[in-house]
Amino acid sequence: MSDYRKILRDGLWDNNMIAGQLLAMCPAMAVTASATNGLGMGLATTAVLVASNTLVSSVRHLVPSAVRIPIFIVLIASLVTLVDLSLNAWLHELYKVLGLFIALIVVNCGILGRAESFASKSKLAHSAVDGLAMGIGFTLMMVAIGAVREVLGSGTLFAQASLLLGPAFAFLELKLFDGGALLMVLPPGGFLVLGGLLAAKRALEAGRQRRGVVVAQSA
Amino acid sequence: MTTPVHAPHAHDGGSVGRVMRLVMLALLPVTLWGFYLFGWPAIWLWLITVGSAMLFELVCLRVSGRGGPTILRDGSAALAGWLLALTLPPWSPWWIAVIGSFVAICIAKHAYGGLGQNPFNPAMVARVALLISFPLEMTQWVAPAPLFSGTGPDAIEALERLLFSSPIPDALTSATLLGHVKTEASRGVDLLASVPSFGAAAADGIGRHAGSIGETGSWLILAGGLFLISRRVIGWHVPVAVLAGLCVPAMLAHGLDPAHHLSARHHLFAGAAMLGAFFIATDLVTSPATVTGRLLYGLAIGFLSWVIRSFAGFPEGFAFAVLLMNACVPIIDRFTRPRIYGHGATDGRAA
Repeated sequence: MSDYRKILRDGLWDNNMIAGQLLAMCPAMAVTASATNGLGMGLATTAVLVASNTLVSSVRHLVPSAVRIPIFIVLIASLVTLVDLSLNAWLHELYKVLGLFIALIVVNCGILGRAESFASKSKLAHSAVDGLAMGIGFTLMMVAIGAVREVLGSGTLFAQASLLLGPAFAFLELKLFDGGALLMVLPPGGFLVLGGLLAAKRALEAGRQRRGVVVAQSA
Repeated sequence: MTTPVHAPHAHDGGSVGRVMRLVMLALLPVTLWGFYLFGWPAIWLWLITVGSAMLFELVCLRVSGRGGPTILRDGSAALAGWLLALTLPPWSPWWIAVIGSFVAICIAKHAYGGLGQNPFNPAMVARVALLISFPLEMTQWVAPAPLFSGTGPDAIEALERLLFSSPIPDALTSATLLGHVKTEASRGVDLLASVPSFGAAAADGIGRHAGSIGETGSWLILAGGLFLISRRVIGWHVPVAVLAGLCVPAMLAHGLDPAHHLSARHHLFAGAAMLGAFFIATDLVTSPATVTGRLLYGLAIGFLSWVIRSFAGFPEGFAFAVLLMNACVPIIDRFTRPRIYGHGATDGRAA
């Protein structure tokens, strides 16, 4: 059981795809101009990640290690094509917003990274859970970056969320103020916000470590 | 700083604070002239920019545990705020100044490690961030409304305007020369018609035209710059190279095609060339270390700002040019490294 706990903890915080491993920088910079886009991209990536981890793990004994990377890429590319076509068919409005970036999930190094460093060496169930944990951790970071950029850059939060999640989620769409600093929506904003969030994560961990030391000493 | 004690070293008592105070002294005449030209709004804006820059410096130093009794004594934050204030439209609302100070001090300076560690000029980073973020507010220029002339708002009215960012009356808004010719060119009016229609004030260097404080009073900025060179605070290489890099292509292009290229005189006096050449590009932290490097760096800044002014979407490109070249400084320093005595004299390569 503690295996799963560690996998979850790794994916969500310690080894978070964006905030811990600094992988998947391309979508983390390009798609996070708004929280909704970040969420959509995160969910699509999570779907691909769970499926690719499961597939890679189930064929791991059949894959010769010399050609493992091309094989993983072919698997991932097929899955991404599936997600791409499904989104186009059933969530066409969202597809029009995200469409350009969905195909790019193939080259998301985070997914290949998990296939290479985890799924190709681990049991099926572990790999599937790892894919889910990594995907959720990725999605949370994407939403966090997107939310900060959207609030500072255009004064809204979760604009067009009903497009992604259905009309029932229209209550998420907030308008905080008019205008905003355009810079945050433009590429530099992505780097600034990512830097700020990474610094915040490290500060949190340093603080927790200090408190841990204090507790250990007083005990 | 400890004073060296052993023999061949001598210390002239200089310090960061002394350099910063000399630069401020050199900026004083043009700042006062700007206060006179643009009245109370400019004075309040300057106070709030410098004040918030010092406040952010205090916060950053305290948070990073470097606060001490000499905190803020070096004046570097005040100078960064001062330079930023000189590049803002004089009637900007308060939050432009405060956001600008935040970007300059917290992001461009302290995120990189504080005084002496920043690769980019803080005031220019702030100005570019503001220009890109708030294009509307950052291009709202006003015609001069001098103090005591009754045309501008009085102290209280100006403060209210600053705090509640009320819109500027249309009668007072005006364009800068560089902005004016850019707009006119986009409507198909060439320079032969658009420059005379702006009036002669743009190129006399006295500054009775719309712009930031640093874009007006060019002669006073030049005087301040020469004072700094005479006191050996800055070298002559960067300013001369910047002005040459700007003027030579401007003269060539103007001579060949006066309808589409401004004269060197306009390039020198209508925009931020003087402030940039003497006060921005010469920043000790963000400019190269060697003479060759400084000449290269200056020439490239001048040339790039001419290119941006002449061909790009923005009317004034000095800040962009400075930032681009700031990014090149490590490379310039690497390739202009002086030969070490006794090494590599014969084959020209470092041994």
